[in-house]
Amino acid sequence: MLTKVVEKLRAQYPTSLVEAKEFRAETTLHIKKEDIVVVCRFLRDDPDCGFDYLSDLCGADAYTPENRFEVIYNLYSLASKQRLRLKIFTDETDMHVPSVTSVWAGAEWPEREAYDMFGIIFDGNKDLRRMYMPEEFEYFPLRKDFPLMGIPDSIPLPRK
Amino acid sequence: MNPVYDVEPKKSKILQALEDKDTSAQFTDPLENEMIINMGPQHPATHGVLRLLIKLDGETVVTSVPELGYLHRGYEKLAENCSYHEFIPHTDRLDYISPLMNNTAYVLAVEKLLDVETPRRAQFIRVIISELARISSHLLAVGALGLDIGAVTVFMWTFREREKLYDVFENLTGARFTTSYTRIGGISQDMTDATKQMIQDFIDQFPARLAECENLLNRNKIFVGRTDGVGVMSRENAIAMGFSGPNLRASGVDHDIRRSNPYLVYNELDFNVPVYNDGDSLARYYVRVNEMKESTSIVHQALDKIPAGPVHAFEPKKVLPKKERVYTKMEELIHDFMIINFGVDPPVGEVYHAVEGSKGELGFYIQSKGEGHPWRLKIRSPSFMNLQSLPMLLEGKMISDVVAIIGSIDPVMGEADK
Repeated sequence: MLTKVVEKLRAQYPTSLVEAKEFRAETTLHIKKEDIVVVCRFLRDDPDCGFDYLSDLCGADAYTPENRFEVIYNLYSLASKQRLRLKIFTDETDMHVPSVTSVWAGAEWPEREAYDMFGIIFDGNKDLRRMYMPEEFEYFPLRKDFPLMGIPDSIPLPRK
Repeated sequence: MNPVYDVEPKKSKILQALEDKDTSAQFTDPLENEMIINMGPQHPATHGVLRLLIKLDGETVVTSVPELGYLHRGYEKLAENCSYHEFIPHTDRLDYISPLMNNTAYVLAVEKLLDVETPRRAQFIRVIISELARISSHLLAVGALGLDIGAVTVFMWTFREREKLYDVFENLTGARFTTSYTRIGGISQDMTDATKQMIQDFIDQFPARLAECENLLNRNKIFVGRTDGVGVMSRENAIAMGFSGPNLRASGVDHDIRRSNPYLVYNELDFNVPVYNDGDSLARYYVRVNEMKESTSIVHQALDKIPAGPVHAFEPKKVLPKKERVYTKMEELIHDFMIINFGVDPPVGEVYHAVEGSKGELGFYIQSKGEGHPWRLKIRSPSFMNLQSLPMLLEGKMISDVVAIIGSIDPVMGEADK
């Protein structure tokens, strides 16, 4: 467990850190949705943390009535060679989460992918288009209520 | 007669995104006509089905928008609907230039979730196949970069070497291309002495063949002129944009997961990590060439050190048993039935495991709810993250540099599109 980092974060932003978990020597921190940008900026800029590399960002669908969607941030420190996972939750009724593109410019495409697959809207991402699916597509394929077989006629085919 | 529109026809979102982009590119001698061209998805220099919408001023790229998804097969959705073992063949189709690397990366993530330790022989074999896959991938990258900018012979020569590698893979795994070689807790079949000798023969003759390819490129005036100083990525931008692998190391960041977070038996092997500071296409080429030499040395050492012993972990409830034992032994029959029908029995939790793939950091993030199939599986594909920087690299360059920059980034669309 990255005790030092967790304690430092807790001291700096006592209300932002909801929970810290460890599994297979990997630390996962649950962060309040509103505070994710300041927490990310702190973790990047603080010399003791130094999580300067956003390795990955992805969405997930827990398929629960509350806190259905997760956004997972996979941070890496090039100096201390450690990984840290941050997690925020959002409800189906409010799909807006803050974008971290102001902290890492490279978050743009992974956020577009999460939008494409789950419909999570990242406020502050300047180019939030679909990443893989056609732009006319209405559904979000990685949600658990989207069938594996797809939905017939949901993808418009080219006219002859 | 053509229909007359009272309103302008609706623009596609991609075109809109291109026109909305802010750009800082400045031109001393602009031609007065701006042009938008569409490159790909069916273009030989885009290495697959990458589509680029490029706004040109004369011959200079003002801005560009890459468009992905022409090879999107929804592997993350498929993974949620098949067991951990069933997903292994799908990983072949991610980065189809180095399938053995993907096989290894995926099973390492699953083994981390299941807490299975593979025997040392299997770990050495995995190192050997990873490095052979890296050589195979970098050979294609170097050859195709040469092909894109006019050095056709290199492509032929690197493909001759890749052909020898495919013969090795066929002997080792039974398939040339879609290998599906690894299993959870081991590998599908042990490496025979004949295959070991094939690998040894390949490795022995390879440095000389690579030097021939280098002779064609390193002091080739056209090749150097078209890559030197083209597509420069600064160290800060490379980190911020999530560059990884050879591209990151060409921008002066000394980061190699084999070194910084060792997995398998990499900490017992001696190798250098080539780092260049220029950040241009030529530096990315040099990193790849030198990595192939390091990979050759790693395979040499691994072949020398490889121990005898089993290649499957003794975890009957998690590792698929041998077929002949399934037919003759009761216990194995039961385990085989349970693993095939209900999958392995993982704990609830989430893991991420990354390997230093041939294109960069190849990671698998698995969320498990204790079922036989993953609840969520995210593929951290290096090509996807590397391609993101393309508009930044292309801005203000000539149209002919586009192919040199794409070739030096070395994207594989099977992986970027998932």
